[in-house]
Amino acid sequence: MTQETQVRVSKKFLYVNRKAPYGTIYALESLEVVLIGAAFEQDVSLAFVGDGVYQLTKGQDTKGLEMKNFSPTFRALEDYDVTKLYVEKEALEARGLLEADLVVPVEVVSAQRMAEIMEAQDVILSF
Amino acid sequence: MPIEVSGKTIETDEEGYLANRADWNEEVAKEMARLDSCDLGENHWEVINFLREYYDEYQIAPAVRVLTKAIGKKLGADKGNSKYLYELFPYGPAKQACKYAGLPKPTGCV
Amino acid sequence: MGNVLHTVNKSPFDHRALETCLKFARQGSAVLLIEDGVYAAARDTAVSKQVQEALKSVSIYALKPDVEARGMQNRVMDGVRLVDYGGFVDLVAEHNAVQSWL
Repeated sequence: MTQETQVRVSKKFLYVNRKAPYGTIYALESLEVVLIGAAFEQDVSLAFVGDGVYQLTKGQDTKGLEMKNFSPTFRALEDYDVTKLYVEKEALEARGLLEADLVVPVEVVSAQRMAEIMEAQDVILSF
Repeated sequence: MPIEVSGKTIETDEEGYLANRADWNEEVAKEMARLDSCDLGENHWEVINFLREYYDEYQIAPAVRVLTKAIGKKLGADKGNSKYLYELFPYGPAKQACKYAGLPKPTGCV
Repeated sequence: MGNVLHTVNKSPFDHRALETCLKFARQGSAVLLIEDGVYAAARDTAVSKQVQEALKSVSIYALKPDVEARGMQNRVMDGVRLVDYGGFVDLVAEHNAVQSWL
């Protein structure tokens, strides 16, 4: 066996989420791609910027809309070994939100730090 | 393709998954298993109930890798492995057990 | 007096629809926030001052099922009234025209 076939190349994937959860289909699509992509055992991170931070708010209740509330699914990401969730600090502040208002533990980072995280990726998927 | 359970017609999709999750009860699970020539024992129910609880909690049917790991955490290493789960559900533990549990096909399965 | 019902369905942080709407909404008219537009109803945000200012001259409503879906039910600012789908229909019936700021 050659050395190349023995070494599994793991790439750094970043999913960038910048849309609110129910007004468009982007947020749900992104989450599904993350869950499917998790099977490939890459180094996955999720970024929530701008309105994307709204995907993680506590207290979502979609009964009146007859749509699926997918906010609990973010709590399953840990089971999929997706544990790096970055949230833009400025986006939270502009929306009057605190880290405690979110459904999962996250790392709150400045926009500047977020830009550095983006720079460090091999693949960026934007939703 | 609809199935008949206790005199009621239950809608399923082309792969046999429930069209409407609210139609589920234990009799529905047993009938689905019977159609696959599978006799549900205590060990099957343990996995089916686990999946239903997982769905209630996270609104998602877990992928097989996640299911295996989570079962191991909850029920012990002798059950949290592919061999054990494939013996119970030879068509694929996540796919087949999710079907009997009345859940959608697991995200990430084709 | 304005007799137009304005609806806004875009997030105020992602689009200018609300800002434009408020510029054109005349004294006494009504603004109904729906879909992602309901985020404008939240307290203590970067746009809440603008909305509070608008409340002095127009009535502002937010569609309750959209507010709840987004987990904003405990954040709605004073002065913004929640309506259900029936209330939406009533608002449309009460006004001469509906302007949708898409």
